Amino acid sequence: MTAGSRLRAWGFVAPAALWTAAFFLLPLAVMALYSLWRRVGMTLVAEPGLANYLAFVEKSFFLESLLNSLEVTLTVTILSILFAYPLAWILAEKVPERFQRLALLAAVLPFWTSYVVRSYSWLLVLSEGGVISTFLLDVGLTQEAVSLANSRTATVIGFVHFFVMLLTLTIYANLVQLPKSYAKAAQDLGAGPVATFVHVVLPLTLPGIMVGAFLTFVLCIGDYITPQILGGAQELLLPQTIMLQIQRRSDFPMASALAMILMAVVTLAYVACARWLKLDRA
Amino acid sequence: MTPRTVRLRPADLLAAAYAALLYGFIFLPVAVLVLFSFQESRIPVPPFDGPSLRWYEAMFADRRMMEALVNSILVALVSSSVSLALGFLAAYGLARHRLPGAGALKLILTAPLTVSYLIIAMGLLITFNTLGVSRSLLTIGIGHVVINLPLCFAILYSQMGGHQAQIERAARDLGASEAQVILLVAVPMLWPALFAAFFLAFTFSWDEFIIALLVSRFDVTLPVEIWNMLRSGLNPQTNAVGSFVFLISFLFVIALDLALFGRRRARSRRGAAA
Repeated sequence: MTAGSRLRAWGFVAPAALWTAAFFLLPLAVMALYSLWRRVGMTLVAEPGLANYLAFVEKSFFLESLLNSLEVTLTVTILSILFAYPLAWILAEKVPERFQRLALLAAVLPFWTSYVVRSYSWLLVLSEGGVISTFLLDVGLTQEAVSLANSRTATVIGFVHFFVMLLTLTIYANLVQLPKSYAKAAQDLGAGPVATFVHVVLPLTLPGIMVGAFLTFVLCIGDYITPQILGGAQELLLPQTIMLQIQRRSDFPMASALAMILMAVVTLAYVACARWLKLDRA
Repeated sequence: MTPRTVRLRPADLLAAAYAALLYGFIFLPVAVLVLFSFQESRIPVPPFDGPSLRWYEAMFADRRMMEALVNSILVALVSSSVSLALGFLAAYGLARHRLPGAGALKLILTAPLTVSYLIIAMGLLITFNTLGVSRSLLTIGIGHVVINLPLCFAILYSQMGGHQAQIERAARDLGASEAQVILLVAVPMLWPALFAAFFLAFTFSWDEFIIALLVSRFDVTLPVEIWNMLRSGLNPQTNAVGSFVFLISFLFVIALDLALFGRRRARSRRGAAA
């Protein structure tokens, strides 16, 4: 390779690399630095220290929002897998091939509403006087209007709605790649439908489940919109606490420290799932 | 294989019921959103008393909303074009030349995909603040390129196979300049991937909220304007805007689907949808 052509190759890559360095890597570095600084009153104290991280451990307010986030995220991930798997299986096995694409496209249609609007739509359904409340009154299951909005339940419903669609996609993609002969071979060897599923189909679709679960975990734990619209102010999730530091208190150092902690949690999740995430690429 | 004559067994009925239930769950909020956008009265909850188009009229008469709509289209068009151009060049450079440190470069270029938008938004906000850069549509666009560049790069890089490299070499042997090779050979061969990358980037920018909220000031995009509307509680005009956005995105998806799969459908195996 000549020096000239190498230079030209760098010329192709340089704009993207510089953009990423300037507007992604640099901001992350700035944020990491800020997380070590402190805000005292209205002034920024630019001395490195661990005050913000200590505050995170000491003030139950911060720690609780992380625990809330973990609880909600794990609940959402598990519920979404449980709901999505049968749907993906039905799509792959029961729906005639030529209708599968259409069925799949229909299943992810609400993906394409605006994310903010989708959470708002659930507010219409769940709030007092909303569709569910009216339905329960009409049927006679309750005597007074009920409100499911502004609660953790509402946040979980809003999230599960979004991630069921996502997981259906990843699990379906995995299921249709399985050769039919595998299940047939298991049956020829005497396995019933349950044994075939548990010992053959499920382990082979684990990559699809894990890719979807990882995406769900990462997107869910970092999301501010759904808990803010549906969860109300009774309990805060980590992204809400971060936004509170930015918008209400203008405490960028504390917000940066919380963001670093959020990144660490996501990295841990990645390490935990890495085995399966790589498998999917092979 | 599914037999040609389908006998309905209890298990199939159960499967059908389950699918119906889940589709119901998936469609419910969207159906409610669209239905009550045609509400006559001021509150979008039952009973339905429409149909009426007054909230759509109110939406088109809302100047801030229309400005936000134009801003959104502008930011999405410019940011996805920049993402596509930078992503294409980087993919071309890395796929066609052997560079020292190529592995690390690929890792860095795709790294933003693994960081949540909130953190990217915060980093930009703090950096812009520190450097004294004022927040505007430009800063929103910069943020949107950060999230869409890795996407465009990854899509295009995965589509630049060795087969195309040979055709490009043939063009070069026949005397084409580097610019001619790119514009007349590489780009036309890649057009479905370029199209897909552009549309995906456009829809992501169009729908992106948290970056647009944090690095904007006076001029905002549509999701931020909708967010501001939510403060006034349930409001049929929000339904109208939401339904309108849904319609636009829906047309987008159909266009993308036709462009990508329409021609390939005949020879595609099952499971072509990703």
